[in-house]
Amino acid sequence: MITDFWLHPALILIVGACILPFLPKWLKRPYLIIVPTLAFLDVLSMQGQHGTFGVVRFLDWDLTFGRVDGLSMVFAYIMTLMCIIGTIYGLHVEDDFQHVAAWLYVAGSLGVIFCADYLVLFLFWELMAFASVFLVWFRRRPESLAVGYRYLLVHTAGGLALLAGLILRYQATGGDLSFGPIGVGSPSLSTYLIMIGFLLNAAVPPFHAWLPDAYGEATVTGAVFMCAFTTKTAVYALARAFAGMEILVPLGVCMALYGVVYAVLENDTRRLLAYHIISQVGYMVAGVGIGTELAINGACAHAFAHILYKGLLFMGCGSVLHMTGKSKFSELGGLYKKMPMAFVFTMIGGLSISAFPLFSGFVSKAMIVAAGFEVHNYWAAFLLTLASAGTFLHTGLKVPYFIWFGKNNCSKETWDKAADPPWNMQLGMGIAAFLCILIGCYTPYLYNMLPYPQIAAGYHPYNTYHLSETLQILLFTALGFFLLIKKLAPEPKISIDLDWFYRMGGRGFLWLAKRPIQWADNCVSEGYRYIGLMPLMTTAKFWSWFDWHAIDGVVDGLAKTVRGIGALVRRMQSGQLQYNIFYAVSFVAVALVLYVFA
Amino acid sequence: MIVKLIDFLRDRLQLVIRLSYVGLALLVAWDVVFVSKEHAHTAAERIPGFWAAFGFIACVVIIIVSKWYGHLGIMTREDYYDN
Repeated sequence: MITDFWLHPALILIVGACILPFLPKWLKRPYLIIVPTLAFLDVLSMQGQHGTFGVVRFLDWDLTFGRVDGLSMVFAYIMTLMCIIGTIYGLHVEDDFQHVAAWLYVAGSLGVIFCADYLVLFLFWELMAFASVFLVWFRRRPESLAVGYRYLLVHTAGGLALLAGLILRYQATGGDLSFGPIGVGSPSLSTYLIMIGFLLNAAVPPFHAWLPDAYGEATVTGAVFMCAFTTKTAVYALARAFAGMEILVPLGVCMALYGVVYAVLENDTRRLLAYHIISQVGYMVAGVGIGTELAINGACAHAFAHILYKGLLFMGCGSVLHMTGKSKFSELGGLYKKMPMAFVFTMIGGLSISAFPLFSGFVSKAMIVAAGFEVHNYWAAFLLTLASAGTFLHTGLKVPYFIWFGKNNCSKETWDKAADPPWNMQLGMGIAAFLCILIGCYTPYLYNMLPYPQIAAGYHPYNTYHLSETLQILLFTALGFFLLIKKLAPEPKISIDLDWFYRMGGRGFLWLAKRPIQWADNCVSEGYRYIGLMPLMTTAKFWSWFDWHAIDGVVDGLAKTVRGIGALVRRMQSGQLQYNIFYAVSFVAVALVLYVFA
Repeated sequence: MIVKLIDFLRDRLQLVIRLSYVGLALLVAWDVVFVSKEHAHTAAERIPGFWAAFGFIACVVIIIVSKWYGHLGIMTREDYYDN
């Protein structure tokens, strides 16, 4: 069945997750570190072993679980690495099922990354959605339940689009289920349906509103996992199937700007970071749309760097939430004295996402923008550069400033609770921060892993022009920030996004169900009572009377008659033989007389 | 240590601000005088201080446009979705 010995890293996590709840308490912490490390080592052992593994015959299909190549390896590497970091960050969590959900979620992502056909892809795609929703539900606030259901419903809708697309494709191609370049030159309905399924998970507007909704509500550790896996797995799927799909360029640019605009308005730290995921994934989607080797390298490099710095930012803001119980700018501020380490780590994440020289974003984002300029797509390249000013404005400046500096909006309780988080959370942040700087300072670490390493080796981000350009954009953005800081003061408000349509749509449906539909139902019931039920009751009453008086009368009459006859017969039957002979003979005589004379 | 450094800088805030302005001016001067523009993609980028102006204008435009959009009715009370 299995063509060669090849251990799927998802299997390690799934089996590991199944065993975890049964372990004694003293063994749990080492176990939590060992299992994701094994999965990471498993991925490392595949380096240089490109090929197809884990082919399983199922009904009429050969399902391929293990396609190992440059593209899948770079994503598998960072996903398993992030799994280790996220699990260390969540080591203090005693609720086993949070770890189980997180590992199953990562397993889903790895399953998608290594599969080579749409059936396996769909299986793991749904595993991701159904495992990750628990990371929202485990927050256990009253609103967590509603947010989780919304998340699940939206992802189910996306999954259905994907399923419809792959069924149509299966039919159109005469049974081809293989997951590879989909033929972006001649797109059909199935191509678009599959693309919608992928775009929904990548949070491309208008399919994006689930992301800030869910990531703002997830548990502290859950959000660290969620920010890494769903969108970047979708970027992988897009890079695999839709490289060069031109519509992805404008979609990606819109995404990059959309996230920036909403991030200005956002008052919740983690929702702000969530909007910046949309913005950053926009670069990757645009990179996939450009589709050249440099652009695909850029999309992969940016996904790799993004998972680390965004994880770091969610860990930093998550540690503030964990310690103080607050995540809104309007309830925080001035915390640098109380949480200096969390500040430093978050700042490293902020500088990385802003693409400061020597930090990871600088060597990854620039590749996508350069690819845009290279194919003379100037408007896309300039707008992406504009969005990067917005990224620094919010994640590099607004987040650290309004949490750790600025006006102190903390209540006494918040202030007293604030302190640097436990050692494991700091260790998780420390590893991610180290990697962010490593990627930025030593480019071959990341560039050698990319799908087209020769192209990457020929790309040099550290030239004076690029340095000067980046520093000018970023530092003058900072100038603008400090000049306009009053305009950016946090407001305790929420911003309406496109989830309004399904949240209010759902409410509208409920209203429809309560009011007109219930009213119509009442009318029908009342009408039925008058038109249907009352004649029925009258008829029933008549039949009851009829039954009582007529049928029962007849039956009773018959019974009475039978009883009367019986009594008579009983009296006649004295048991004496002569009387019996008398009656018999008399009967025969009467019968004879009647026969003769009638 | 980090806290001490931050407090040290905050105590000399005016000096830090002035040094930052000097730093920005030096950056633009360095770009105009020393940086070769052979890697520029478009003619506009050869204008002295193009990217500095781009960064500043981008920041101002993003803040003003976003806040304008938010105050159109997009930003609303926190219990908007509550029953």
